[in-house]
Amino acid sequence: MGRIRFIATLPFIATLCACHAIVLNPSGDVAQQQRDLLVYSTELMLIVIVPVMVMTVLFAWRYRQSNRAARYEPDWDHSIHLELFIWAAPLLIIIGLGGLTWVGTHLLDPYRTLGRIKPGESMAHAASPLQVDVVALDWKWLFIYPQYGVATVNELAAPLDRPIEFRITAASVMNSLFIPALAGQIYAMPGMETRLHAVANTAGDFEGFSANYSGAGFSDMRFMFRALVDRDFDQWLAHLRAGGGALGRSDYLRLEQPSEKEPVQGFAAVDPGLYPAILNRCVEAGKLCVNDMMALDAKSGL
Amino acid sequence: MSTDATLMKIAFGRLTLQAFPVHQPILVATFAVVALGGVVLLGLISYFRLWGYLWREWFTTIDHKRIGIMYMILGLVMLLRGFADALMMRMQQAVAFGGAQGFLPAHHYDQIFTAHGVIMIFFVAMPFITGLMNFVVPLQIGARDVSFPFLNNFSFWMTTMGALLVMLSLFVGEFARTGWLAYPPLSGIAYSPDVGVDYYIWALQIAGIGTLLSGVNLIATIVKLRAPGMTLMKMPVFTWTALCTNVLIVAAFPILTVTLALLSLDRYVGTNFFTNDLGGNPMMYVNLIWIWGHPEVYILILPIFGVFSEVTATFSGKRLFGYTSMVYATVVITILSYLVWLHHFFTMGSGASVNSFFGITTMIISIPTGAKMFNWLFTLYRGRIRFELPMMWTLAFMLTFVIGGMSGVLLAVPPADFVLHNSLFLVAHFHNVIIGGVVFGAFAGISYWFPKAFGFRLDPFWGKMSFWFWVAGFYLAFMPLYVLGLMGVTRRLRHFEDPTLQVWFVIAEVGAVLILLGIVSSLVQIYLSIRRREALRDRTGDPWGGRTLEWSTASPPPAYNFAFTPVVHDNDAWWDMKHRGFRRPVAAFNAIRMPRNTGAGFILATLSGIFGFAMIWHIWWLAALGLVAVLAAAIAHTFNYQRDFQIPAHEVERTEGERTRLLSAQA
Repeated sequence: MGRIRFIATLPFIATLCACHAIVLNPSGDVAQQQRDLLVYSTELMLIVIVPVMVMTVLFAWRYRQSNRAARYEPDWDHSIHLELFIWAAPLLIIIGLGGLTWVGTHLLDPYRTLGRIKPGESMAHAASPLQVDVVALDWKWLFIYPQYGVATVNELAAPLDRPIEFRITAASVMNSLFIPALAGQIYAMPGMETRLHAVANTAGDFEGFSANYSGAGFSDMRFMFRALVDRDFDQWLAHLRAGGGALGRSDYLRLEQPSEKEPVQGFAAVDPGLYPAILNRCVEAGKLCVNDMMALDAKSGL
Repeated sequence: MSTDATLMKIAFGRLTLQAFPVHQPILVATFAVVALGGVVLLGLISYFRLWGYLWREWFTTIDHKRIGIMYMILGLVMLLRGFADALMMRMQQAVAFGGAQGFLPAHHYDQIFTAHGVIMIFFVAMPFITGLMNFVVPLQIGARDVSFPFLNNFSFWMTTMGALLVMLSLFVGEFARTGWLAYPPLSGIAYSPDVGVDYYIWALQIAGIGTLLSGVNLIATIVKLRAPGMTLMKMPVFTWTALCTNVLIVAAFPILTVTLALLSLDRYVGTNFFTNDLGGNPMMYVNLIWIWGHPEVYILILPIFGVFSEVTATFSGKRLFGYTSMVYATVVITILSYLVWLHHFFTMGSGASVNSFFGITTMIISIPTGAKMFNWLFTLYRGRIRFELPMMWTLAFMLTFVIGGMSGVLLAVPPADFVLHNSLFLVAHFHNVIIGGVVFGAFAGISYWFPKAFGFRLDPFWGKMSFWFWVAGFYLAFMPLYVLGLMGVTRRLRHFEDPTLQVWFVIAEVGAVLILLGIVSSLVQIYLSIRRREALRDRTGDPWGGRTLEWSTASPPPAYNFAFTPVVHDNDAWWDMKHRGFRRPVAAFNAIRMPRNTGAGFILATLSGIFGFAMIWHIWWLAALGLVAVLAAAIAHTFNYQRDFQIPAHEVERTEGERTRLLSAQA
């Protein structure tokens, strides 16, 4: 299987080897599976696309006006066999592709907990997942690590081969959390929570950014995703804790103000109620939280 | 002092001297060029005393052919604006790396990409297809005009007013900085408090009324005004695609109207349909706008498929292969186009089953589309292909569109979309299908029907220059974008850090410059063709060996199109008539009743434009006045009882006699 996959992806990697096509050559297992699906779908479609392109050129050349040797049948406009073929050929391709899509979409649903750490390594021995709460702000990223009580701005770190569970929201407008090397993107939306499951399999620093335009500072809404071996991750945490700084509600309200090209920041302590408050749009004192409002509504109002 | 300020506010709303961007050199220079060009143009019109002619023969015309031509002119003019935006974006992205910030600040750049999208879709592509349908459909079905000729004129001016408002935003205030679909919450009052989004809303609302009415008009025309014998399954394929497109327009545009109306309520009166707080739901907007937006792309491409069908059959000298397949494929696409909208936001967190459903319905659309592609292919097969310009565009389309179709189906696979959504791969995909499909098709249609509209052909040399520049430019400009998308580069970025990306953006810019040369070649082509029109003259009315009814009449056709309504026996009606030895009637002409020109459409649209402008700037008294004036003018128009006039039989006889003379001189 591995060899087939390698051969299958070869033409794409060959055409793009000159550049760093991260989407075709990601390091995380989820992104790799997404890449595989992309490559298989392309190849499936090429079965019909390539003949069509070749036939177009061939027919256009063969039946050019000056070629009197070619047959000319001005009234030939129907053939039941051909028409069956021209509907059946795309149909068969789409049946194949549709099956691939159904299975692939369910297996790679970002809300689904991971089925494996990497090819051939089941979840049986995996460490408990790392939880990260992500908030897209104007125009920077806030990452809260509830298990460790720390938070960072514009830098995300995770240990290798440990599943990551993202919970994602936004403070103001829509953004999209995208780390191409790790996994596909998912929108970050105010008052709503989206989820993403992923795992990093190779150590290194990878680019992450917002993939949905969100206003003036959008271009610089980038962060570094650092995939670290366990020891380095612990060090990273220790360094973060030593750096001090706390993120309470009032600190958050200051951080939330629009700003561009924000440098990396760390917070050694985070108010555990902060992320739920951001999600439910009630960080400011005295504002009714959305979940409380909905609970009231469910009890048919006040 | 404060009473002065209050008075100013009542008189001018939000409009102050600060709204005029006198500190932005790019805009001032643009304004200078536009103003100078405008003054020269107006001066020339005055010098040659053309105002009366323009008003009587064009602005107030209700002749579907002239309205069609005006739509095409509108599309061409707006193409220049939309393309200027594209060039600026390409230039910015080719230079803004690392320390270099490029020449466009975010405030300006974000308006440019928004305006580019809005203009290219609503004011270039839509006028092109509406113009083609307007000009061709009545001729193809053997009708003398559309069902509601006045409405047609009104629709055109409403579309033009929308375009004018967008243009005005360049020099008075600013345009939206939200992307072409203006997703809230970004487009809400909290994050876009200035006039940009209001320009967007009112330009689209006013143009949208025009589009909707023209949709109603063309459906009625196709359903009611076909020549005797032309059953549905004998309609030319272009007319079929026009019918399906207009059904889509009538079903889809009200959704856009309502969606934008809800957004305006949020912005103007403080409702919370799409806001973050108080139960608003921005995702609802995204759903609604794409329930309109996805059919919209089929509104654009279907009539273009029709153009390619006509062109392929004509220049292969052969009946279209699989007419019935083609018709059913068109109808299937029409229906399916309503079942795919969610594929524009797989990444918003719908469940796997919902995503798979919309992914698979999207792929299913490629089955009828693929069938169409094969139909064109087998029309070429055993044909006698003449490589005239329309045919060259068609072949370029066939080779280009399949690539775009493939990348589209790829994006319909949700897990693949997760890594490609919003990337430059997506940008490359939709330009691949819109340029490779709609634009190539519009050019095929223009060069195909131009001799019908004006009685002379377009110069082939400059047409071929334009063709090769466009095709080469398209590939150079957009293939690098596919690569960049696979490198994880997202859209709408103004500035980059990674220097290895730059070379691809530079290649893309070279491609854009080639396209510029293509556009210039087209303009040269039009200019030279008008200068050399005698040499390019077509006196037969049928320069390409056409197959459908529009080629049976003179070029340009007389106001009444057909002296006698043709009787149809075959779906290639004119081809059939030629082969049965059809003899043109040369005597026994009758008087013909035709609708009379009216300025009401122009006046109503101008008043609507004023109303829109006043709403944008919160000049409430003017808005109220504008609205009342629109209603009053509409009611006044209902009292116009002189809506048609008689073309006397002797005049018809003279016109037709002239054609008889030309035809016999030819033979």
